[in-house]
Amino acid sequence: MNPKRIRENLNADNYFGQDVLVPANNGYVALSLAIALILNFLPLQGDILIFRPDFVAITIVFWGINHPHKMGMSVAFGMGLMMDVGNTSILGQHALAYCVTVYLTLILGRRLRLFSLIQQAPQIGVILFIMQIAIVLVAISSGSNLPGWQYFLATVTGALLWIPISFLLSMPLRQKPDPNAL
Amino acid sequence: MKTAPQFFRHGPGPFARLFVFAFLSCLLIAEDSRFKYFPELRQTIGVVIFPFQKIAYIPANIYDQIGEFIASFYLLEENIKLRQQYLENREQLLKLHSLEAENIQLRKLLVAVQKIETRTKAKAVLAEILYTPRDPFNHKITLNKGSQHHIQPGQAVIDDKGVVGQITQVYPWSSEVTLLTDKDHSVPVQVVRNSLRSVISGTGKNNELELRYLSVNTDIQPDDLLVTSGIGGVYPPGIPVAAVLKIERNPTDDFAQIISTPIAGVDRNRQVLILSLVQPTPNDPLEISKIESQKN
Repeated sequence: MNPKRIRENLNADNYFGQDVLVPANNGYVALSLAIALILNFLPLQGDILIFRPDFVAITIVFWGINHPHKMGMSVAFGMGLMMDVGNTSILGQHALAYCVTVYLTLILGRRLRLFSLIQQAPQIGVILFIMQIAIVLVAISSGSNLPGWQYFLATVTGALLWIPISFLLSMPLRQKPDPNAL
Repeated sequence: MKTAPQFFRHGPGPFARLFVFAFLSCLLIAEDSRFKYFPELRQTIGVVIFPFQKIAYIPANIYDQIGEFIASFYLLEENIKLRQQYLENREQLLKLHSLEAENIQLRKLLVAVQKIETRTKAKAVLAEILYTPRDPFNHKITLNKGSQHHIQPGQAVIDDKGVVGQITQVYPWSSEVTLLTDKDHSVPVQVVRNSLRSVISGTGKNNELELRYLSVNTDIQPDDLLVTSGIGGVYPPGIPVAAVLKIERNPTDDFAQIISTPIAGVDRNRQVLILSLVQPTPNDPLEISKIESQKN
């Protein structure tokens, strides 16, 4: 057994939702992504738009951390294209950002899994922040102006929403306690 | 073997994959922002995401419908309130309309008063029509000015356009006007075009006057304007009375039949002017008393 595995097992009682998830099937992943897409397309108006997190990005981060092999970069790329068309932004803007996100989760995923959901939240915030920077960079490269600092409030709400969203997404994947177990 | 540990999995590493997809993204970005070779790509993705967008609109639709449903209660209440308000306003509006019409009429009369005063030196008094008796044989109206307002029989009554009639009976607070169209009423007139003198009489019909006793070969034409001649001293000269409507020249008759219509709104209006008596020779009291004795 490698040492990381041992450390995880040792900490297992302190953190919930860790490494005890059963493998998700592809349908569940697709469903979660579809719901996230719909949530992103909600026709909201006014000030709430500033705080609207990128649900697709959060979902991608969830699968990238918890089931890296379920979250291929091609899927993220496809989701990004859909967001681009739905957002009427430049084609490839969100695609690039989501690919960066998946890359970050692939690198940091196993480390992040060690933390509790509340501890994960600020780190997820950093990932979402980097994603937004990628989006802003693409927008600037195509001649747009810099958005105000309020644009990055979506990262804060995204990080805060990470806790409930991650909890909800992992709920069907929890192992049910076996009453016959020792 | 999806759940195999990472070191068993084949394929490029994360960074290599990121590089490939980032490169692809950059190509797309360049294509979309600069060249736009494949507009179909965006359309295709648009078709794919359309159902998602449609579903995303459902909550908004439901929210709108619930909002409308709740609003309909308020609308009912509002409707009742607005209807009451409408009725109230409508009454005021009707009042306003009639006031406006009255105002216009009064303004016209004011102009007429000034004109008459400059032209004939006659004073004009405004009077309001109290009522018009429902008698088909007499064309008379009652005004709200009487002997208390120094109204005398024989005074001419005009409106802003022309002669309406003559005061024939005076009561303390009201007076009776015989209209032009009364069959017993006559006005000495002149044709403006050729100064032909005549007397115009009522026929007892609405809007119809008659020039009697003019021979068949008289020089008179349709649309000739007839104005008061001032002869007789009742009407100041030069006030329009009637316009000739039609002329029937029958050689077998002695006289031509000349029908004309009054210029003034004889059967219209609510306000009229009562002119002071014109004195043929203002400084001769004998003459005045003679005229008055003739009247009475």
